[in-house]
Amino acid sequence: MKRIVVCVKPVPDPKEWHKLSLNPVTKTLVREGIASVINPLDRHALEAALALKDATGAEVVLVSMAPPGARTLLMEALAMGADRACLLSDRAFAGSDSLATARILAAGVRRIGPFDVVLCGNSTLDGSTAQVPSQVAEFLGIPNVMHVEFLECDPAGSLRLVQAIEHGKVHLEAEPPILLSVTKQVNKPRFCSFLELLKAEKKDIAVWTNADLALDGSQIGLAGSPTAMADLFVRQKRRSGTRVTGEPEIVVQALLNKLHQLGTI
Amino acid sequence: MDFNFSDRENLMRKVARDFAESEIEPKVDVMEQTGEFPVELLKTMARIGITGIITPETYGGVGMGYLARMIVLEELGRVCAAIPMGMQVHHMACAALDDFGTPEQKERYLIPLAKGETMGCVAVTDPSGGSDLIGMQTHAELKGDKWILNGRKCFITNSHTSDFWVVIAKTGEGSKGLSAFIVRKDFPGAKVGRKENKMGLRGANTGELIFDDCEVPADHLLGGAGAGFVVGLKTISETGRPGMAAVSLGILNACLEEAAKFASERVLYGKPISAFQAIQFYLAEIYTDLDICKLLCYRVSWMKDRGMKCDTETALAKYYTCERALLCAKKAIEIHGSYGIMREYKVQRLLRDAMVTIPAGGTAEVAKAGIARAVLAPYKK
Repeated sequence: MKRIVVCVKPVPDPKEWHKLSLNPVTKTLVREGIASVINPLDRHALEAALALKDATGAEVVLVSMAPPGARTLLMEALAMGADRACLLSDRAFAGSDSLATARILAAGVRRIGPFDVVLCGNSTLDGSTAQVPSQVAEFLGIPNVMHVEFLECDPAGSLRLVQAIEHGKVHLEAEPPILLSVTKQVNKPRFCSFLELLKAEKKDIAVWTNADLALDGSQIGLAGSPTAMADLFVRQKRRSGTRVTGEPEIVVQALLNKLHQLGTI
Repeated sequence: MDFNFSDRENLMRKVARDFAESEIEPKVDVMEQTGEFPVELLKTMARIGITGIITPETYGGVGMGYLARMIVLEELGRVCAAIPMGMQVHHMACAALDDFGTPEQKERYLIPLAKGETMGCVAVTDPSGGSDLIGMQTHAELKGDKWILNGRKCFITNSHTSDFWVVIAKTGEGSKGLSAFIVRKDFPGAKVGRKENKMGLRGANTGELIFDDCEVPADHLLGGAGAGFVVGLKTISETGRPGMAAVSLGILNACLEEAAKFASERVLYGKPISAFQAIQFYLAEIYTDLDICKLLCYRVSWMKDRGMKCDTETALAKYYTCERALLCAKKAIEIHGSYGIMREYKVQRLLRDAMVTIPAGGTAEVAKAGIARAVLAPYKK
């Protein structure tokens, strides 16, 4: 195995979700003042890549479509042990839905060069569409396995996978090149190492704009996004109560009837 | 003056915080019950670079310096002060070996410390006292190619979790009559004594070392004969005291967080108690103390990293931060009311932990005496 590409995305820190709000006009998340972290499942994807690197010596390359501020998060991922990073950053990418995002990521992966495996988190915490991995695979013309909760590479370079499905697991064998999207069951991500951090400061973070990727402007950003947000709103949580009064026997019977009616007992 | 942390320092803080919250926090209850240091964490701490944070890369460390160490220990202490307590004493052993060890001694003893293969420990305090170095009873005598060590050391952090100890013993008279030795626990005549059952910092191992005609090879003398006073003082002053300050800084952070969180959630008279000015004053006082102590701690680490003389500043940071942590823990408990003295609330642990930092690494009075010497020096006739 020569090269593994890992897709990473900055998402709002889950510890600060209570600060998130919606812009009532644009229907977008207001992220100002909220720290970003690497999407938690992407950390699992990176750990899977690093384990493959430990086993095979493959190069691990990060790719992320994000604003320039994502450099610090890429630095963190490099400090976990990745070899280099490519940040896809351009105003033209703004407003991309999952399809346009996948098109941009796939172009980034192609520009990196030949690869054996592309690893992604199964979904991201902010959008949670879980569409991007399959779309990237489609653009790259390679197979995709989602919900991977175990992966291993044999000495010949074949992959053994366990995929979680609704009521069980599927054991698969696959040949690279392939895109895998992983669940949190796949591993426990390692912590950054301070020694790797020192090395990471000397590693290359390439910033590629659309001039580098040469994608048709009508296929990326808002123009290239067929998804239109109809509405987005914060669900109002309401609690209602019913007061039952009277003799205890009557009250208990009424309560039991209600619980039966609701199917809870 | 630039008070900003670099991206590197911010990332180190984040890593330390993630590690503390995900790996240390789940072990706190067990530490509180057993009084044992979770040595199984050493491997991960070594991989991150915490065990070797001040040790040069050539000897297995990451050589990130004292400000990095302060940040990391502070973050660990925010979750559980016992862990940075053990780690800071471990760093004292690393510093003593790095500053005074021969290349052979560093190769043999510093590398395993930096790589977290064992914990380190510096044993100064005798049952007769810790601050009066020259008055210690533990003594060593050179016989042939071995030093014969006799005596006891008490209240030693990492006594039972270390494979070897840096031990200061009397080899003559006066300040030149102390020497430092690397003593392996498998040397004939060396053994560990009792484990202490402390009120706080429960997860930091504290105990006794016993030397009964203990045979120490001559090449295990650290820094040369008569260097023990300098080894002890430099290590305590430049690594031990800032380490204790870091432990207390972690406690102070936790005091503020716990107090502010509880005050925002606890409702009395129809509103959160944080709406009451009396509570706000307490929170403001804790915040002020935390901020002052941060400035003291970061400054002294910055000075040490630049090779500046900082004895007075380390004494100041240690004494003041430990003392304020204790006072702020008390205030945090008072904000909690009766909940604060219940075991299931963290603030009671903060008070117990803060109390243990007061005598550790030199009492406040000894630190203040050192500060006073510096204050009076220009007026000395």
